[in-house]
Amino acid sequence: MKQHEVLIQANRPERHYWRDLWRNRELLYILSMRDISIRYKQTALGASWSLIRPLTTMLIMVFVFSIIAKLPADPGIPYPLMVVSGLTVWTFFANAFTQISSSITANTNLVTKVYFPRLIMPLSAVAVSFIDFLISLGLFVIIAVWYQFVPDWHILWLPAFMLLALLAALAFGLFFAVVNVRFRDIAQLIPFIIQVGFYICPIAYSSRLVAGQTWHGIELATIYNMNPLVGIIEGFRWSLLGGKSFFNPNSVVLSAAVVLVTLILSVYFFRKRENTFVDDI
Amino acid sequence: MSVITAENISKQYVIDHQKGKGGTTLRDMLAENARMLFGGKKNTPSNGLSREEFWALRDVNFSIEQGDRVGIVGHNGAGKSTLLKILSKIIEPTTGSVRIKGRVASLLEVGTGFHPELTGRENIFLNGSLLGMSRVEIKRQFDEIVAFAGVEKFLDTPVKRYSSGMYVRLGFAISAHLDPEIMIVDEVLAVGDAEFQKKSLGKMRDNSASGRTIIFVSHNLTAVQSLCNRALYFERGQLIEQGETNQVIQSYLSKVSKTRLLREWTDPKTAPGNDLVRVKRIELVPEYPDGTTHIDVRTPMTVRFEFWNQMERANLNLSMHLNSLTGECIFNVGTSSQLCSEGVFSGECVIPGYFLNDGSYTISMMIVKDTATPLFQLEEALTFEVEDHRDGVAWYGKWPGYVRPQFPFTLSSVGSEQWQEASS
Repeated sequence: MKQHEVLIQANRPERHYWRDLWRNRELLYILSMRDISIRYKQTALGASWSLIRPLTTMLIMVFVFSIIAKLPADPGIPYPLMVVSGLTVWTFFANAFTQISSSITANTNLVTKVYFPRLIMPLSAVAVSFIDFLISLGLFVIIAVWYQFVPDWHILWLPAFMLLALLAALAFGLFFAVVNVRFRDIAQLIPFIIQVGFYICPIAYSSRLVAGQTWHGIELATIYNMNPLVGIIEGFRWSLLGGKSFFNPNSVVLSAAVVLVTLILSVYFFRKRENTFVDDI
Repeated sequence: MSVITAENISKQYVIDHQKGKGGTTLRDMLAENARMLFGGKKNTPSNGLSREEFWALRDVNFSIEQGDRVGIVGHNGAGKSTLLKILSKIIEPTTGSVRIKGRVASLLEVGTGFHPELTGRENIFLNGSLLGMSRVEIKRQFDEIVAFAGVEKFLDTPVKRYSSGMYVRLGFAISAHLDPEIMIVDEVLAVGDAEFQKKSLGKMRDNSASGRTIIFVSHNLTAVQSLCNRALYFERGQLIEQGETNQVIQSYLSKVSKTRLLREWTDPKTAPGNDLVRVKRIELVPEYPDGTTHIDVRTPMTVRFEFWNQMERANLNLSMHLNSLTGECIFNVGTSSQLCSEGVFSGECVIPGYFLNDGSYTISMMIVKDTATPLFQLEEALTFEVEDHRDGVAWYGKWPGYVRPQFPFTLSSVGSEQWQEASS
């Protein structure tokens, strides 16, 4: 057997961290399977919950925003399709972000009893949201069939926006996961962020309605587009619904830049703090 | 070849005390909730918190050779768990370094990461991979693990429906099939039934026969003695002694510092008590059998108590409570009542050997008037510890019960006819 040597010292970042992370990919898989497996244990409806929730949310949004508030969809696109596409990627982001933020505190029993690269926990927390994402995408397909809507070549971009949504969830989630270890206030803050996010992102409406709006001479779209999720949701919708959907390439570039910078800072922060989790948790 | 070299390792915790919540000791806080431990951030005393620095480990140096089975002994709060956590990479030392050669598996609890909703099968994979086994390894040893734990019938039952015995057996079975070069084990023998403990200890011995290094923490000195060839003795975060197991355990037992066997007051004006009675002296005198220097389950003891009576005439009797360290009363005995005039009185109570189980005990003494009115009680006057001792018993688990009497209990043959009839 080849010699395996470890040096344990204060404040010494693990030299082989990323290699260790890769070696622990099976653990990542098993923790993901654990989360998926326990999700609907002892529920009567089981996995159908993953379908019931997005379906109900969509129906309510159609009722409230389309029928009552009469928000227009992008020209040539059925409102329910627009809502489901936006909702799919938003829900994925929101769930993944929430799960990642609580991933360390939810696994206290592991943190205090066994060592492995701590990044495994936030990474495995994404699995459940990803399954939900796939189911929600299935819902989109069903509704698309109903409206006899066929996506075009734009759909090739879908994985890219999906990835961007995942990176965004990690970028913000990792930061909150670390802070959550010391300050459980985060658990209170996150549902609030999600709730606000739902309205300041183009989910129930199209960003087209924001473009060109001014308030006291301020171009609202400029502020609106600072939200990195706007570009991601627009892009995701555009790749599903094609050219008729409102799409502003600039906001996607801005989103990608913000997400990448935040991600790098978050990972750095996480790595710096992960050895103290056990003392603070 | 030394596989573990620890140089000057220390671990400091900074603890924020909440003011006005007096009475909580440092150890209580540590034991009560790790969340009370704050690291890094500074709090100004003005926000109602006072800060206290606490060294869980201080300048510890040792090295462990390949194939050594090292027992770590010491009281609660001596730093044993902190050391294990540093060696397991779970916590960072504040200063110093540890160099480890070889693959380490840490077993700090039985069934780490077990999820109650998951089945036995799923938990084997979860726990196994948390302990560093690959899925291929787990699959290869799966049947053996299941057979070792004896849970074949319940493999697809959620572990929340397991009995606690099954749960523990499954947890230990998985870790017993790990194949690391260095194994770190914390108190796992304290659980499980007798037969299983024997099997586990046997399994651990086999492991070390194949050149594996084992680090083992236990309160159970008998188990340490039987398993380990070397021992480290910790006291308040410091490594007091290391060396051959029996020698280290002897000095550990002789330095048991919690013990307080004598208290005495010379001035009747300030001694504990009141205007009616005051305590003069209380003492516990063990009668050590030949060759022993500490109290164990065999040792008979005498409690002597003296007090000043300042009343002219009173009907007095003594009442003694013997409590476990956790505060449960093991027994209460009293003297008969006696008419006492002013002066010094003494009482004596004999606790026979082979009566108390191993553990820590406190003694409280009460002076009672007219067999009804307590005049004064001296709480937790004495503290002592009864060590374990076993002859001809191959089982190392905690002996159950508050007392360990040796009542006449015999096993004898009543003839062999019946068995032969039944089997023929």
